[in-house]
Amino acid sequence: MQVITCDIVVVGGGGTGLRAAIAIAESDPKLTVALVSKVVPMRSHTVAAEGGAAGVIRGDDTLDNHFNDTVSGGDWLCDQDAVQYFVEHCVEELVQLEHWGCPWSRKDDGNINVRFFGGMTVQRTWFAADKSGFHILHTLFQTSIKYPGIQRYDEYFVADLILEDGRVRGVLAIEVATGEIVLFEAKAVILGTGGAGRVYRQNTNAGIVTGDGMGLAYRHGAKLRDMEFVQYHPTCLPGSGILMTEGCRGEGGILTNKDGYRYLQDYALGPLDPWPRPKAMELGPRDRLSQAFWHEDQKGNTFQTPLGTAVNLDLRHLGEKKILERLPLITEAARVFAGVDPVTDPIPVRPAVHYTMGGVYANMTETEVPGLYAAGECSSVGIHGANRLGSNSLVEIIVFGKVAGERAAAYARTVKDGSSAGVRQQAEESASRLLALLKNDKGERVATLRNEMGDAMETGVGIYRNASGMKTAYEKIAELRARYRAGIALDDHSRSFNTEWLTTIELGFMLEVAEAMAHSAYNRKESRGAHVRLDEYSTRDDDKFLQHSLATYTGEGPPAISYQPVTITKSQPRTRSYGGAGKQAVMT
Amino acid sequence: MTAETNTRTIEIDVLRYDPDTEAPPRYQTYKVPFQHDTSVLQGLQYIKDNLDGTLTFRWSCRMAICGSCGTMINGIPQLSCHTFLRDYWPKKLRIDPLEHFPIIKDLAIDQTDFLNKLDSVKPYLIPKQEKPISEGAYLQTPKQMEQYYNYSQCINCLLCYAACPQYGLTPTFTGPAALALLHRYNADSRDVGWSARSDVLNSEDGVWRCTLVGYCSEVCPKNVDPAHAINQNKVNSTLDYFGVLKLLSTVGLGK
Repeated sequence: MQVITCDIVVVGGGGTGLRAAIAIAESDPKLTVALVSKVVPMRSHTVAAEGGAAGVIRGDDTLDNHFNDTVSGGDWLCDQDAVQYFVEHCVEELVQLEHWGCPWSRKDDGNINVRFFGGMTVQRTWFAADKSGFHILHTLFQTSIKYPGIQRYDEYFVADLILEDGRVRGVLAIEVATGEIVLFEAKAVILGTGGAGRVYRQNTNAGIVTGDGMGLAYRHGAKLRDMEFVQYHPTCLPGSGILMTEGCRGEGGILTNKDGYRYLQDYALGPLDPWPRPKAMELGPRDRLSQAFWHEDQKGNTFQTPLGTAVNLDLRHLGEKKILERLPLITEAARVFAGVDPVTDPIPVRPAVHYTMGGVYANMTETEVPGLYAAGECSSVGIHGANRLGSNSLVEIIVFGKVAGERAAAYARTVKDGSSAGVRQQAEESASRLLALLKNDKGERVATLRNEMGDAMETGVGIYRNASGMKTAYEKIAELRARYRAGIALDDHSRSFNTEWLTTIELGFMLEVAEAMAHSAYNRKESRGAHVRLDEYSTRDDDKFLQHSLATYTGEGPPAISYQPVTITKSQPRTRSYGGAGKQAVMT
Repeated sequence: MTAETNTRTIEIDVLRYDPDTEAPPRYQTYKVPFQHDTSVLQGLQYIKDNLDGTLTFRWSCRMAICGSCGTMINGIPQLSCHTFLRDYWPKKLRIDPLEHFPIIKDLAIDQTDFLNKLDSVKPYLIPKQEKPISEGAYLQTPKQMEQYYNYSQCINCLLCYAACPQYGLTPTFTGPAALALLHRYNADSRDVGWSARSDVLNSEDGVWRCTLVGYCSEVCPKNVDPAHAINQNKVNSTLDYFGVLKLLSTVGLGK
């Protein structure tokens, strides 16, 4: 087995991983960093983020505003110390990206422009047209080339973590092109592997968003926190789930039902006027908007498309010039993938799974496993609570990517080299398990299990939930895990570029992450943020559930669910309200 | 609507190559059911999931922004997620890996050469002097942004390399996407790195290797127009040769 020795392994080449790698290289150029990613970094899913990134720069905005929007948006399940750190560091990271070349959209005078986003009091979303994630990712990737300390391992699939004496000692990866198994021995490992939206059937996520980092950490004793909170983005193309950015509404787009009625006014997001105004109607938060869609659908106020029911996202009144300047990506996507031109027709949209608020529990990116760090969507550092606000995650990846890099660097300087016979032995055993998967030719097809998982999660752990539906879902996932153990039959038993093998390994992670989601959801006997129940637990219960859920891996059985207090510093829970009469917003 | 839900069947010939065997590349035909909105990528996924798990291809975002899924579709370099089976039916469709790159397996090509070329153009901002974060962002007017913005839209999908006959003849050519990116930074008002990049730009394998076929710009799914970037730089390269560029840049007219 090939062994590569380095100080720190960064798993994942998206925004988090690249920012972490750069932070390590800048804090100590002598440290060696292996940036290990299952795709070439610029293919990472950060690339598909559209709307923008929050940072307080307007004179009429304050850090307290951003803090309060985030904490109330998260239905008070945010750790407020983490949110405070976050809001205080957004702007410096966004400016840092600008200094590295990121083409943020500008005002005529050359200053950065900002747009409205859902649940935000003031315009504070920095944007690069509607390709913000694309530009952030390419800027970080291209900048990372400057640093000789960052050694890239593109298209290496991380399949296992190696721990010894309770601390992390490296990762085991498959070189995709050759199928060779490689041990990376390291003092510290940073997970920047993104979310797990692919455990659902209809989602906005790229094919690679399979919860690998969550699964890796979970199997090795790190806890998954707040996994029941899965965000449905309200405006996605039916069928494919392709995202129509919240920036559409940030720029003034409206949502109407089959009768042309702006239905959000019926769901505590109105009144209609004055329009536009922040935190009301179409500028409400994603959980509330997706829930409103569900009700309209129940009432028969949606319309049929060949790929499911939908409502209209109407941009026409913005005019062609603004649509093309501010929203070029979704305009092209709507034209190509939905056959609709947003300049002349409304876009049919419906909610689809978009984001996992939960993840590997991490205190300022430090997980419970010494030497293991997590940041970005795969982590739960505590800033999103029960519902993430749009434009907070693109800043999260850079703010906490940097923290993870700096903390891992400081840790790596304090520990001795990783090599030991025990580490090699473990790597050999893990490699044998991976090769056993590769050889298997009896059992079911990987797509069969994957589709059944996606449907079970969609049905049982969707926008609205109830006890029996969630129970059905977790029983189904347990059954799928048993069928997975019984064997996935591969057609392809070759070593080189075997994506069927890699997909099978990913499915193993996804099933365990899905199970953690379903059990965390079942056990949260209240409604909060994106977790809303239709049974007797339809309201928020701060007495019992102002707590984070923690899922602990138990092997073949279901996860053990426990709870942990939420850190509250200055904002006591109160009723979360949107809409109401308010000041009219001035759109730029 | 009924026409859109109708399922038809199309035959797809896919180039197969397995490096683990000695067998030469061959075509394999699959019958794929499709609907009005089924992309070529979804056709390949159907094959992988249901018919033949050995078929190998790259994909990720399925919305034409990650740049993973470039292939030759009936001989034309295209993103498979952005191309639809309905446009080929009732005829057969042929899918090959991107031209001019070594094949790893089936439709997956080796992109190492491109990644090295990307490194070579120093694709990062080289400012006059480091500006502290506390001093805030640079000012850059929309007009200044316009100078480079289009060239920052490249998704590195490599279609332009598959389209470029020069790259096919002379693989050492830096090529369309990398040279467009070089120009993206040179044209940025915040950047002064043109001299650090001039060796690559002016060399035999830089802009002068391009013979202005222009097919690169034609196939670009993001309208980056690398041909324009390259040929603008033939002018810059000439000015550089005669020392004029340095003169212009000292009086702030270099961009």
